[in-house]
Amino acid sequence: MTQKFRLENGGLINRDKKLSFKFNGKTYFGYEGDTLASALIANGVHLVGRSFKYHRPRGFFGAGVDEPYAIVQLYRNNETEPNIKATEQELFEGLEAKSVNCWPSVNFDIGAINNFLKIFLPAGFYYKTFMWPKSFWYRVYEPFIRKAAGLGVASTKHDKERYEHKYEYCDLLIAGSGPSGLASAYAAAKNGARVILAEDKPRFGGSLLTSDVNIGNQSGEDWANSIISELKEMPNVVVKNRSQVFGYYDHNMLVMSEKVSDHLPKTKKHHPKQRLWYIRAKEVLISSGSIERPLVFGNNDTPGVMLSSAAKEYLKVYGVLVGKNPLVFTNNDSGYETAIEFKKNGINPIILDSRVNPQSEIVNEAINLGIKIKFSYVVVAAQGYKKVSSADIAKISDDKKQLDTIENIKCDCICVSGFWTPTIHLASQSGNKTKFKEEIDAFVPGTSKQNETTLGAANGIFTLEETLKDSFIAGQDLSKKITNNDNKISFPNVVEKKSSQHDKFWCVPLPKGKSYKRFLDFQNDVAVSDIEIALKEGYRSIEHVKRYTTLGMATDQGKTSNLNGLQLVSDIENKVVPAVGHTTFRPPYTPISIGAIVGREVGKHSKPTRKSPMHSWHEKNNAVFVDAGVWLRPRYYKQGSETLFEASKREAKNVRTNVGVCDVTTLGKIDIKGPDAAELLNRVYTNAWLKLPVGKARYGVMLREDGIVMDDGTTTRISENHYHMTTTTAQAANVLSHLEYYLQLVWPELNVNVVSTTEQWAGAAIAGPKSRKLLQKLFPNNDVSNEGLPFMGYMESDLFGVKARIFRISFSGELAYEVNVESDNGHFMWEKIIELGQEFQVQPYGTEALSTLRIEMGHVAGSELDGRTISYDTSLEGLISKKKDFIGKRSLNREAFTSGDRQKIVGVVPLDKKTSIPEGSHLVKDAQAPLPNKKLGHISASCWSVEHDNPFSLAILKDGKNMIGEKLFVMSPLKNKVIPVEIVSSHYVDPKGERVRS
Amino acid sequence: MLHIKCPYCGMRSQNEFSYGGDASVKRPELNKEISDEEWDNFVYNRKSLRGKHLELWQHLSGCRQWIKVERDTATHEIFNTFKADEEIS
Repeated sequence: MTQKFRLENGGLINRDKKLSFKFNGKTYFGYEGDTLASALIANGVHLVGRSFKYHRPRGFFGAGVDEPYAIVQLYRNNETEPNIKATEQELFEGLEAKSVNCWPSVNFDIGAINNFLKIFLPAGFYYKTFMWPKSFWYRVYEPFIRKAAGLGVASTKHDKERYEHKYEYCDLLIAGSGPSGLASAYAAAKNGARVILAEDKPRFGGSLLTSDVNIGNQSGEDWANSIISELKEMPNVVVKNRSQVFGYYDHNMLVMSEKVSDHLPKTKKHHPKQRLWYIRAKEVLISSGSIERPLVFGNNDTPGVMLSSAAKEYLKVYGVLVGKNPLVFTNNDSGYETAIEFKKNGINPIILDSRVNPQSEIVNEAINLGIKIKFSYVVVAAQGYKKVSSADIAKISDDKKQLDTIENIKCDCICVSGFWTPTIHLASQSGNKTKFKEEIDAFVPGTSKQNETTLGAANGIFTLEETLKDSFIAGQDLSKKITNNDNKISFPNVVEKKSSQHDKFWCVPLPKGKSYKRFLDFQNDVAVSDIEIALKEGYRSIEHVKRYTTLGMATDQGKTSNLNGLQLVSDIENKVVPAVGHTTFRPPYTPISIGAIVGREVGKHSKPTRKSPMHSWHEKNNAVFVDAGVWLRPRYYKQGSETLFEASKREAKNVRTNVGVCDVTTLGKIDIKGPDAAELLNRVYTNAWLKLPVGKARYGVMLREDGIVMDDGTTTRISENHYHMTTTTAQAANVLSHLEYYLQLVWPELNVNVVSTTEQWAGAAIAGPKSRKLLQKLFPNNDVSNEGLPFMGYMESDLFGVKARIFRISFSGELAYEVNVESDNGHFMWEKIIELGQEFQVQPYGTEALSTLRIEMGHVAGSELDGRTISYDTSLEGLISKKKDFIGKRSLNREAFTSGDRQKIVGVVPLDKKTSIPEGSHLVKDAQAPLPNKKLGHISASCWSVEHDNPFSLAILKDGKNMIGEKLFVMSPLKNKVIPVEIVSSHYVDPKGERVRS
Repeated sequence: MLHIKCPYCGMRSQNEFSYGGDASVKRPELNKEISDEEWDNFVYNRKSLRGKHLELWQHLSGCRQWIKVERDTATHEIFNTFKADEEIS
């Protein structure tokens, strides 16, 4: 296949490196430096897709980020990615792409029948049509519409590519490397400022690469290259291509997406595919340039109709002709520049200029080159289905309302220029209230809101000299403020051709008797007639018109359509454009891949994983782990082919009969020191703390100010002014913040320090009737008898040379101890316990058995302290001191908290003593009652009682206090279960608490 | 993402902080007899104002100090930040 539309020479591509690629299964060749778009056009391929609604043929409209049509499904390195713009995707060897939104093929698309039915598919068609009958929506309409609509297909495979996030600070962030970006970066860099210069394209220079200008006796392109190479050498400058600054957030935080590897056949080892930069800049220079505006005429979406600036870019950057018989349709001088480039390359274009008699250097140059120009002429309609083959043209009256006789002329492309729209997205995102600039018929940034300055074309300035001057000064002044340097740069001499005023005309009237579609939004198929319908139906706000017609809502976010849409609304409404206003610009400026947004925080890296010092032992001993907050905890230790149920029962049973050991390292631990430590505890906990002796632990419950239980745990008095607090695993961080809040803000007079020591201590709970015997083996030199170390006692000791803390506390209801050693010695402690416990049949137990043990004894945990319960509800009201005040006490007087039939924790046993009760089930009085059946309470936790060998649950039940002995029903509609149950005491094991004291 | 000046650590990104609500709320003194209304105002009732707001933030992933931040709730502009015990005129 020859590249029939490639020029013999010219362009910035590397003709020494030929690349092969596939499009829709067919192999083509291009060159290094091509985009997929330029390579396809070089091969004469203009049909690349089908439109969203009518499935009309789609070609190329632009040459970059503004492209509304050429969206492809890309295949790269055994992966696929949807919605890639062919105009942005750089060519690499072996690239494969396919058209989207067409079936069975782009050449023969069945959906194109919509095109002939288009009379039935105006704005709001779906809203109006698919409403009745209502039941049809899910079954019939939605599946059909889903199949018909939509662009590419997302990959369902795990994305193996790496995406990175990077945080950066700089003095000046400059978005866009056109003339204003280069000039301001250069001036600021020379002043010693830390500069980041970002360019979304692979090549730096922006419009300088395609414009016929001279700066300091160099061509625009040469000047851009010399500035860039100098900037790249400077240590205070970061220059990034393929990097799109897409969002301007609060406090001058900008986010930039860098496509590190998308232009390569495969990501290099240790390289990310994309990198997201979070940049906090002191000053932001927006030099994002402008996008050419289309002119609106009949069938203006036919492949071959494209922006004149894009045609010029394909010519000058890629050495590619978008056509050999071009028609240029313009309302300003920019179209002439494209025509002149065609002419210079031996092609004879025809210019249709809507203006009557424009006079300028550029127009004169075109005339002198012998280019055929028709003034006061417009394209009425493009002809040709899959590619432009001719154009209906006509002379237009001076008031632009009347068309003369229609003539047809042959052409193979129509390059349109309807003047320029400044790219104000970033400025608008920063909070800048934009203003309408009459001379250019477009919005420009108003007064700066954050530290942003918009320069050059983005600011509505379209002459190079003024742009460069403004930008040098801005770069210099802004950097001077930061660095206090004042290096003056000599201003280069600029030669450019002067332009004349553009014509405000933008939309060609329909000729009598014709009903051509005149498109505004090319990706979402929104035509002039759709906007007219919306307005006729009463939509007024531009935001509503946008949503009703979907104007500007496609993946290109209306970069080429929004302003013409506003223009149309204001024309119909007889308003001026600023009175209509524009829709909100929201980040991202251009679609960002989900991979880039997530970065490396995927899978295991989505949150940190904490492991106890004994983790490797658990692993070796067949522990099955469970996530407990950020911790990994053994859920059970699997023996043979045991199930979770069997293993947890065995482990729990062993605690009740022999002795078990559980890793409790994850419990939150807070070290509290200071002369007022006891006073702090006394205010934080509901019970009394002033008289706790040294060497004793106490159980405490803390409330929030609204009276709801926040957390529970034991706190031990280590020495006179030193306490060791434990919290639940889940609440550890919140409790520390809570204490800090009161110490720093509410009671700063208290002389207390708190610090988290969760990671500093490894903990093992030793529980069961034989635990004392095991403890004695571990600490042979200590008196650990019931007298030597009574219930809630504390002792410091030495575990075979290792400093240890022993607490006699119990979570299981059995005689139990907790041993803490410094984390580094955790593994040693654990192995010693297992080794010396052999003779007492010690077994490790996991969180499942731990739960069973605590549920059986009615000890509350997170599922009861769920942020909705007060002390009374969880039977902790006995710990409420009447004599002192504490956090949340005043709330306990609330009427709802003191009512007689308040909810309370109870035990629940199924009448058949067999059926397990699902957690979360509801308790009701009558299983047969009509819905909604009144809920009396809910099951908070369930287990298989190893003591009684039947299911047992805890529940929070209305008037639970008076419900003991009642028969109720547990209902779980989710599991389709109705279980008759009896309400019993929540203390199902050892209700008097004798074992823990034994 | 906001950029907040911690009076102890300097300018830091918002993701190091956690929000703590209205800083003008004063907890009633312990053991003081107060009306239900006063207590409700302390626990629940907050002004949801538009504009300048003095609020608490904790520099959670930094020095762990609770600080006061004067911020515009509509524009996110931060006018000033203070240490917890600093007098604010």
